[in-house]
Amino acid sequence: MDMETLDTLLLSRIQFAANISFHILFPTITIALGWVLFFFRLRFAQTGDEKWMAAYRFWVKVFALSFAMGVVSGITMSFQFGTNWPGFMETVGNIAGPLLAYEVLTAFFLEAVFIGIMLFGFSRVPGWLHMLATFLVAFGTTMSAFWIIVLNSWMHTPQGFEMIDGQAFATDWWAIIFNPSMPYRFAHMMLASFLTVGFLVAGVSAFRWLLGDRSREVRAMLKTGVSIGALLIPLQIFMGDLHGLNTKEYQPAKVAAMEGLWETQAGAPLVLFGIPDEEARTNHMALEIPGLASFILTHEWDGELTGLNDFVTEAGEVLHPPVAPVFWSFRVMVGTGVAMLLLSWAAVFFMWRRRQLHEGRITGHWFAVEGLPKPLLWALVPMAFSGWVATLAGWYTTEIGRQPWLVQGVMTTEMAVADVPAPMVMGTLVTYLAIYAALLFAYVGVIAYLARKAARGEDGRAIGMPHPGKAQVAALSPAE
Amino acid sequence: MLPDFANPADWLPWAFASLMGLSILVYVVLDGFDLGVGILFPLAEPAEQDRMIGSIGPFWDANETWLVLAVGLLLVAFPQAHGMILTALYLPVFVMLVGLILRGVAFEFRAKARDHHKRLWNRLFFTGSLMTALAQGFMLGLYIMGLEQTAATYAFATLTAVFLAVGYSFIGSAWLIHKTEGALQWKAVRWGRESLWGVILGIGAVSLATPLVSPRIFDKWLTVPEVFYLAPLPILSGLLILWLWKMLREMPFPEDRRSWLPFAAATALFTLAYLGMAYSFYPYVVPEQLTIHEAAAAPESLMIILVGACIVVPVILGYSVLAYTIFRGKATELRYD
Repeated sequence: MDMETLDTLLLSRIQFAANISFHILFPTITIALGWVLFFFRLRFAQTGDEKWMAAYRFWVKVFALSFAMGVVSGITMSFQFGTNWPGFMETVGNIAGPLLAYEVLTAFFLEAVFIGIMLFGFSRVPGWLHMLATFLVAFGTTMSAFWIIVLNSWMHTPQGFEMIDGQAFATDWWAIIFNPSMPYRFAHMMLASFLTVGFLVAGVSAFRWLLGDRSREVRAMLKTGVSIGALLIPLQIFMGDLHGLNTKEYQPAKVAAMEGLWETQAGAPLVLFGIPDEEARTNHMALEIPGLASFILTHEWDGELTGLNDFVTEAGEVLHPPVAPVFWSFRVMVGTGVAMLLLSWAAVFFMWRRRQLHEGRITGHWFAVEGLPKPLLWALVPMAFSGWVATLAGWYTTEIGRQPWLVQGVMTTEMAVADVPAPMVMGTLVTYLAIYAALLFAYVGVIAYLARKAARGEDGRAIGMPHPGKAQVAALSPAE
Repeated sequence: MLPDFANPADWLPWAFASLMGLSILVYVVLDGFDLGVGILFPLAEPAEQDRMIGSIGPFWDANETWLVLAVGLLLVAFPQAHGMILTALYLPVFVMLVGLILRGVAFEFRAKARDHHKRLWNRLFFTGSLMTALAQGFMLGLYIMGLEQTAATYAFATLTAVFLAVGYSFIGSAWLIHKTEGALQWKAVRWGRESLWGVILGIGAVSLATPLVSPRIFDKWLTVPEVFYLAPLPILSGLLILWLWKMLREMPFPEDRRSWLPFAAATALFTLAYLGMAYSFYPYVVPEQLTIHEAAAAPESLMIILVGACIVVPVILGYSVLAYTIFRGKATELRYD
């Protein structure tokens, strides 16, 4: 391999990583936010309480914005295969093709058509149809995630195919779709999406609360967000553990890199901190808990774990992923998860305690937002985007952890790259990065602006209304 | 020209080429009108701009999905061609993607950002729409030239880029004639009249260039008896153009009758031009280099997709019609309630 293709390979990888990292931020929000909106819409239909519709109207704007960002960056993704990675489809197109096609056919159109009705149809269609549209958009985003995760999981744990003349041919579609890592990855991603949205809703609502917004919908939203976080984070930790066990079985090199484990050993320690050094093949300044890694991954204190050195051939060819990025992104993900756990449970505790003190006065409520101390509210604000950090770190762990393979054991990343001049890739990469940075800035800025505007009461919401029970829907004021 | 329906390896590529062709055509008409509205955007007053946005707001997401379907079908059904075409068109594809990103997000941002940022997003909406249309026209030109990259092919691609952008403005005007009223509708009629030349020149340039570039295409059109079978295509196109020209001089009709006619006629015209091109290039998917049969993926995989497509595409068409029915009539400013 000459220098030229190496540069193109590296730049194409960075460009793909940049595109997909930018893209994943928005589906991560829309997948679960669709369901949260459906929940708000359903509560409104059940109770007639306008606070739910106010919450719906606020978040549907964030949804529309995120959806648009997801669509346009998704179109970019679909072209990247051809412009930069033609070898991928030429080798495994017979399998990846139908999966991608089913995503577009069963999910993409569903979302894209019904989002029009969901956003602008409230006064044009009957209530049930608006509710159905909201449901179908949420369902569509979930289906879309399903097909993409199927393909991604297949790239990690491929099965149900045979290779003929260097091309993959499907032999068993059931085995391809329900490949060994798919259920774990799908559950892990869905939970990640709900946690991202839980903390986003909680963080933005905390921001509005701190700005002095005491409306009823801000309370409802804050409680909804914190509850989603507190309920799902333990589930996610459990799911992550199962996913790790599955990875250990099928991609032991990835797990070894995550753990920073060089030598195969029984009773392997958990490396809490350390600086992996691939040259010296050791960790510097390692802080370890003896036996814990073995316990977590084999559920026995003296269980044996395979080390990275087992993935170097005698000729010196390295068949394990680059260690440091996998090691670090795994720790960032776990660290963010722990922060989510502590914060959401603390928030639930404070809200619940306050409700106990005020029993009788606010009956029928499990939580009281007044119970949240100010520092905790301020801590929730930056956590609004903690889901993004954890999701990206998790994807870096699993995707870099698959290297040097593109499809585990079938083709390497290098085999797929297009023969495009490196300077051209460099040019497009820099432009994408500049656009993405500007758009992210604008996105976060607009959400903050919408929150400020809503907190000032310029958003047509149920401010200071008494408990209406089954209130009639008043004339709704314009959203924008 | 028709395939052997007893042999899946023969008719499946044909079926997928048809399906892909259909998605591209639907995309060109549907996203064509909303890109066109974006290109016409700076010509309108601010209040009119909100109505123009309103006329495409509920639809643009779904319109762009046809592009994803088209490139997806190219990817899954003709993987080799997909790689060849897209690497050859690396830069124009990039420009198109940047354009699509800018206009798509500007659409949402302009409705939500503070007032003094709205102008910036308006400008980006226009720029993005124009970039997308020009890039697509450029790609069309290079494709017709067999993906060869020389000064002459670039010159031709630049021409098709301009014509396609004007063509999109034309179908965008036709859409606005149907979806608006009052002063804006009068403006749309004028824009339609003024951009019709782009359609004429565009179709003319492509019709002249294709047979000249390829002797194969020349023979396909200009030998007896084909030339007689094919004669209705240019004749119908000519009649449609004359009819459009006459209509646009007299519109809007009293009581806004038949305001949908220009859009229908424009769609028919685009369809005819497209059919002509499809006939020229068949059976090649990469002009003069790779036929649909050579490029096709394994029949088993294609069959799986086709089964899904046969079930799902009618459903997609069904709920698209539902969406257009719900948002029929004159456009108003968009509201979320």
